[in-house]
Amino acid sequence: MVVLAVVAIIAQRWIPTALAMLAVVVLAYFLAGIRAKTLWLQLRPMLLMSTFIAVLHALSSNWRLAVVVPATILTLVLLAALVTLTTRTTDLVDVIVRLTKPLKRFGVEPERVGLTLLLGIRCVPLLSGIAGQVREAQLARCGIFDVRAFAVPLIVAAIREADAIGEALVARGFDD
Amino acid sequence: MSVTVTPVSNSARRLSARDLALAAVFAGVTAALGFIPPIYLPFSPVPVTAQTLGVMLAGAVLGAKLGFVSQLLFQTLVIIGLPLLSGGRGGLAVLSGATVGFFVAFSLSALLIGWVTTHLNNTYQWWKGVIIHLVFGLLFVDVLGVAGMMLIAKLTLGKAIIAGVLPYLIGDVLKAVIAALIAHGVHRAYPGLLK
Repeated sequence: MVVLAVVAIIAQRWIPTALAMLAVVVLAYFLAGIRAKTLWLQLRPMLLMSTFIAVLHALSSNWRLAVVVPATILTLVLLAALVTLTTRTTDLVDVIVRLTKPLKRFGVEPERVGLTLLLGIRCVPLLSGIAGQVREAQLARCGIFDVRAFAVPLIVAAIREADAIGEALVARGFDD
Repeated sequence: MSVTVTPVSNSARRLSARDLALAAVFAGVTAALGFIPPIYLPFSPVPVTAQTLGVMLAGAVLGAKLGFVSQLLFQTLVIIGLPLLSGGRGGLAVLSGATVGFFVAFSLSALLIGWVTTHLNNTYQWWKGVIIHLVFGLLFVDVLGVAGMMLIAKLTLGKAIIAGVLPYLIGDVLKAVIAALIAHGVHRAYPGLLK
């Protein structure tokens, strides 16, 4: 992966090599057994920006950059997305925990980092749930969407939730 | 042997269980704000999303340390593949895209906003909050974002500003004001968060 990324960065000096790298990465997707639809889903959010960059470079009639820059960005983005697609989230959490081990001397505790990551993963559906409730309550009262009347109760509820999670962790002996 | 349950951390460096939980729920808040359907302005093709509200709020509500940790956690969750950025983006790919500068700015912006809010705006006044958000939530973020676009998309300064700043400017100014009003509301509803 890293090797491919470095080659892609070197390859961006010429149009044919940059396009060839893009082809290599697309080929890697098929070798990994990823369907074309998934590949398209990775590409789609990048297309608008890539087109925009290409147009901006084309306007200053720099054709090499207009092709090479979007191609290289797409190559690197697809390459990185391939790592994410082929690796489980829990494995990546383990990688982060291992990466923070050298930071021990600065007071970073890897186990706490791992726990915080897992708490964070849990908090995403939790907070979307609270957000949904606050929104429904607000719509039931006045029928219009007001960002302020939405976010204040959302955040206050989130802080209360954090108090509860904190107490639960302490009750399980987390903070000695 | 201590049996008292204190909500404040017992040493200066170590974050307590509640601190970690606060950071985690605020990473969740930033994610939840990214799920709000984007607002389309009539004069710009680029949608305005509520996600960066979460960044400003993390700093303005939690202060520097926890605001920074919460947004660093959010960034880490995005990098390990959770599709939390508005539009459902996530994964290592974010780091190699043209908008990496804006992404990197998340935690640093929360850190600066938190530090300045704690030191200059402890009794939360919303107009001060607006100024803090404009400087550290908008100007600072845009400087990093534009630098990233110049580096990765090889754009000139002017073009990077046209692509990455101008379409969002009005929405971002609005968000700086809204975030200050929200932070004001939260500090009134739940005092004692900034220490």
